[in-house]
Amino acid sequence: MSQQFSYEIAHLIGATQLMAGFGLLYQRRVFAVLNTFAFQALALAAAAAWQAHVQHAPHLYVTAAIALLFKALAVPFALHWLVEKLGIHRTVETALSIGWTMIVGVALVALSIMLVLPVTAAASALTRESLALAMSVVLLGMLMMITRRNAVTQVVGFMALENGLILAAVSAKGMPLVVEISIAFSVLVAMTVFGIFFFRIRERFDSLDVAYLESYRGDRS
Amino acid sequence: MLIAGALMTLPLLAVFAILAGRRDFSHAVVYAGCFVASVALLAGGLQYLGGHSGSPSVVLPLGLPWIKAHFRIDNLTALFLLIINLSAAAASAFAVGYGGHLPQRRRVTPFYPIFLLAMNLVLLADDAFTFLVAWECMSLASWLMVVSDHQDAENRRAGTVYVIMAVFGTFCLLPCFGLLAGAGGDYTFEAMRLRELGALGSFLVALLAILGTGSKAGLVPLHAWLPLAHPAAPSHVSALMSGVMTKVALYGMIRILLDLHGELSWHWGAGLMLAGGITAVLGVLYAVMQDDLKKLLAYSTVENIGVAIIGLGLAIAFKGDGQKELAALALVAGLYHMANHSVFKTLLFLGSGAVIAATGHRSLGALGGLLKRMPWTGAAFLVGSAAIASLPPLNGFVSEWLILQSLFKGPAMPHWAMKFGVPVVGAFLALAAALAATCFVRAYGVAFLGRPRSDAAAEAEDVTFGMRVSMAVLAIICVVMGVIPVTVTDALTHVVRPLTGIDLAVSADLGWPWLSPVSSTRGSYSATILVMFGLSLFAIAIFIVHRLGTQATRRADAWDCGHPEDIPESQYTGPSFAQPLRRAFGGTIFQARESVTMPEPGDSSPATHQVRMIDPIWQGLYVPLGKVVDWIADHVNRLQYLTVRGYLLMMFGTLVFMLLVVAVRQQL
Amino acid sequence: MNAIVWQALQIVLVVALAPLVTGYVRWVKARLQGRYGAAPWQPYRDLYRLLQKEAVVAHSASWIFRAAPYVTFASVWLAACIVPTFTTNMVLAPAADLIALVALLAVGRFWTALAGMDVGTSFGGLGASREMLIASLAEPAMLMITFSLSLVSGTTAPAQIVAFVLSGNVGIEVSLGLALAAMVMVAIAENGRIPIDNPATHLELTMVHEAMVLEYSGRHLAMIEAASMVRLTLYIALIATLFAPWGIAQPGAGAAGAMLGLVVFLAKAFILGTVLAFFETSIAKMRVFRYADFLGGALLLGLLATIFLYVSEAV
Repeated sequence: MSQQFSYEIAHLIGATQLMAGFGLLYQRRVFAVLNTFAFQALALAAAAAWQAHVQHAPHLYVTAAIALLFKALAVPFALHWLVEKLGIHRTVETALSIGWTMIVGVALVALSIMLVLPVTAAASALTRESLALAMSVVLLGMLMMITRRNAVTQVVGFMALENGLILAAVSAKGMPLVVEISIAFSVLVAMTVFGIFFFRIRERFDSLDVAYLESYRGDRS
Repeated sequence: MLIAGALMTLPLLAVFAILAGRRDFSHAVVYAGCFVASVALLAGGLQYLGGHSGSPSVVLPLGLPWIKAHFRIDNLTALFLLIINLSAAAASAFAVGYGGHLPQRRRVTPFYPIFLLAMNLVLLADDAFTFLVAWECMSLASWLMVVSDHQDAENRRAGTVYVIMAVFGTFCLLPCFGLLAGAGGDYTFEAMRLRELGALGSFLVALLAILGTGSKAGLVPLHAWLPLAHPAAPSHVSALMSGVMTKVALYGMIRILLDLHGELSWHWGAGLMLAGGITAVLGVLYAVMQDDLKKLLAYSTVENIGVAIIGLGLAIAFKGDGQKELAALALVAGLYHMANHSVFKTLLFLGSGAVIAATGHRSLGALGGLLKRMPWTGAAFLVGSAAIASLPPLNGFVSEWLILQSLFKGPAMPHWAMKFGVPVVGAFLALAAALAATCFVRAYGVAFLGRPRSDAAAEAEDVTFGMRVSMAVLAIICVVMGVIPVTVTDALTHVVRPLTGIDLAVSADLGWPWLSPVSSTRGSYSATILVMFGLSLFAIAIFIVHRLGTQATRRADAWDCGHPEDIPESQYTGPSFAQPLRRAFGGTIFQARESVTMPEPGDSSPATHQVRMIDPIWQGLYVPLGKVVDWIADHVNRLQYLTVRGYLLMMFGTLVFMLLVVAVRQQL
Repeated sequence: MNAIVWQALQIVLVVALAPLVTGYVRWVKARLQGRYGAAPWQPYRDLYRLLQKEAVVAHSASWIFRAAPYVTFASVWLAACIVPTFTTNMVLAPAADLIALVALLAVGRFWTALAGMDVGTSFGGLGASREMLIASLAEPAMLMITFSLSLVSGTTAPAQIVAFVLSGNVGIEVSLGLALAAMVMVAIAENGRIPIDNPATHLELTMVHEAMVLEYSGRHLAMIEAASMVRLTLYIALIATLFAPWGIAQPGAGAAGAMLGLVVFLAKAFILGTVLAFFETSIAKMRVFRYADFLGGALLLGLLATIFLYVSEAV
């Protein structure tokens, strides 16, 4: 198996993840967002497993397993349960229309390509592509957090962002396992915090629209 | 000397029109004279286009005593003479039957020959002074015709906006030529070509030229006057303003940027290209929402100018980058589109004139079913619509194909701005072309198909023979320019050779009917072959169907899924056709808001549906600008009430300031 | 000489095969939905039956209504003759590249939409308006796909793209993946398949294409139907040719190569037809006002495919 081929497969998986990132922006139903997110995490697991196979780095299999178990299964199920439990409105509430979000998304991808190209001029084209992909996924995650009003979709945006980080990490050779595990745990903690947070704001405002929190900010004079 | 003779005739016709304006026959005489003059000028252009007769120039002792008027015909001038006088001839022939019946005909006829004369002189001018005088005459003559129907408040507003924008354009062109002429003050184009511009001079000249000519051509955001002024004039004048005057503006842009201005950096090309892309998309989005047929056509002009400017911008970018062959290709594409647009836009405006003459309406909501009442106009308008929607095998598609082909080569440039900008502009161009198709399906479908929506439309009669012929000729030219594109591009290569310094082979190695720029493996298109092939398939299809099946046909009432309505109001209207697009694009760009008010139960009044849209450029740019001007005017007003000493102080201050400028300049 | 023969074969093949492909997709769908379904060759019978029937034309219709079916069919047929299916060695293939192909399909759409408005009914206008909305986004998306393909291969001619891909110069590019996704979305929209439009619907308010051609009957309807079938085959061939050109005969391959290409093409067509049937069965139709998001997505994917080429240094 040639080096070239292994990179091509890696990039294809990365691109799948990017497409899923766009899919997240495109969906209008909360459940569809969760499914798309699960799909993205699955792609991440595949990317990690493929890198483990190619780099002969068994610890990346652990990363893949973590991604699969936590992000592709546990988190979507938990959020699914939360949405049902809290009786949240099933449509995604957007701050910016879906068409415009996608246009901004494409602009962000172009931006990350532009940024990555000069920085990594010395590196091979293949590393550049992985970096550009990962960075795009991160930026799309951020975009999702900004343009969606509902707290659940914001959490998904955060997770998607983190998917991009891990993608960058597995693509670069030699990231220690410790980092991965700590990231995975931090995600779990974040997930738990968000979960509690949901219950709290839900109790208080009868909604998960974070705009309601605005009027309770202390620093407004 | 055909050209000189024709040009002399035009002012005489204007004088005649003024003297004999009261007599009804005089209008027909003037327009017929204009037709003859245009045909003569057309023949003149054709004669010089080959470039075999050299580029003759003549110096006349006109104007200011120390600046003589210089005229010259080179290939670029000859091409534009051709473009302009072709449309002018058609519009004049149309006006023989049309212009004499306008309500304000005496306010139009005298200025029409002047307008033609001025446009031709802009093309022929070989020094800045003549160019600007002709340019100004062109603006004024067209302005007078725009305000000819001055009883209508809307036309008066259009006239005001137009005259302000025309002054703005000239205001930009004056210093532009001043900078080109330099301190020596030699205003001939010959001297300007030889002059070296500094970095700042180069920048300012390019900027001012783009602003000055772009405002006349209708480049967004300087287009605001165009959709107001073009429809306000009588239709044959609208045809000239939209189809021809915008081309004169683009001629100015090409002349200054590619000929007089020595070395233009690729940045300007990139900027122009992007501006062109935005102009194209915005123009067609506006067009697709319009209910007034002439306004729709005017906005579509904005779109097409954008498309031509994409080609021009690409050419400048390629040239700045040293890729001469691609520059020539892009320029050929841009020029092709300009020629095409002048043909089909003139045709469509004349068609709208015919519709107005026949029905008295220009709102789509009052038309419908005209194809049956006006078969000639309907057929010609259909050809024009298909051409402007860039459908093969008509001419609009050829230029779009060429522009896309040169765009697809854009990423070969080493600049990142171009690499990322070109795909975006490509998407804009593709979007504009597809929306143009939608726009003209809508315009044609609502106006000419279906059932008549008013009594006037139901009783319309087709226009006179002369008007029909002038439209038919333009329609035929649309087809011819589409079916034998290589012949046209071969002629255009003569024009671009001196501007880009290279001889482009548009049918690289495949030969005559094959359009395959760059190389034959790069992609090719042959309308000639496609038409023959397509027609045979068409014939085969008809043959098989009639062989296998029955030919029995029965006329019956429309089925309409089982519940046909007799009233024509049940048809789709212009606004309802545009509704999906308004939802898709209008929400953010035009802030389109729809509201429905339903009557109370038991109330028999009809429900109403309202759409409110705002023009983002007008609201966002022109209204604040107007406020700023008002504010400045209010404050400057105080200067009217100064004491004598105050006035003297001002004069003194100005004098000292000027002296300071001179002193500083000498030090530099 | 061979080029002329293959061209003639192609002309016949696309028309002869189109009803079978459509019938096959319907048959697979029926089976997937638990119905027995009509035989795959039912469309041939349908077309023949329609040809025998008298054509009814509304009083308010003009000549455009009667000409449109033939123009539409001829333009789609012409476009289909130019897409390489089993060989790239066709004498008329250089007459149109991908850009011209897109425009040829636009000709058919232009006429059908006009015909929809010609009778002056509400449904005809509704269909035409929606069809043009779809087209005004799908067509640019298709041009962006062409753009990225032309950047990869340096040409817009389908035959040359095939030659380039088959020469092994191109690996598995991310851009090609994105372009393929966009292409599938465009193909779905242009053929009026689920989730954009439902070819089997006769529920008034959900129709797009069907609403536009509601007034047609007899031989006119046959032409319209046949045009849709040829269009479906065309898009299947286009996807197969541009993204999976393996097996297509190149110039100089001879008769044996062409025959092999034919067999491979038939296999590809039926595989893609099966995929389409599965896809359509598993998904619901979307609301009309979601079209813009869906097709805008396709357009942006096409744009993304182009931009991504810069990273992989294919340009």
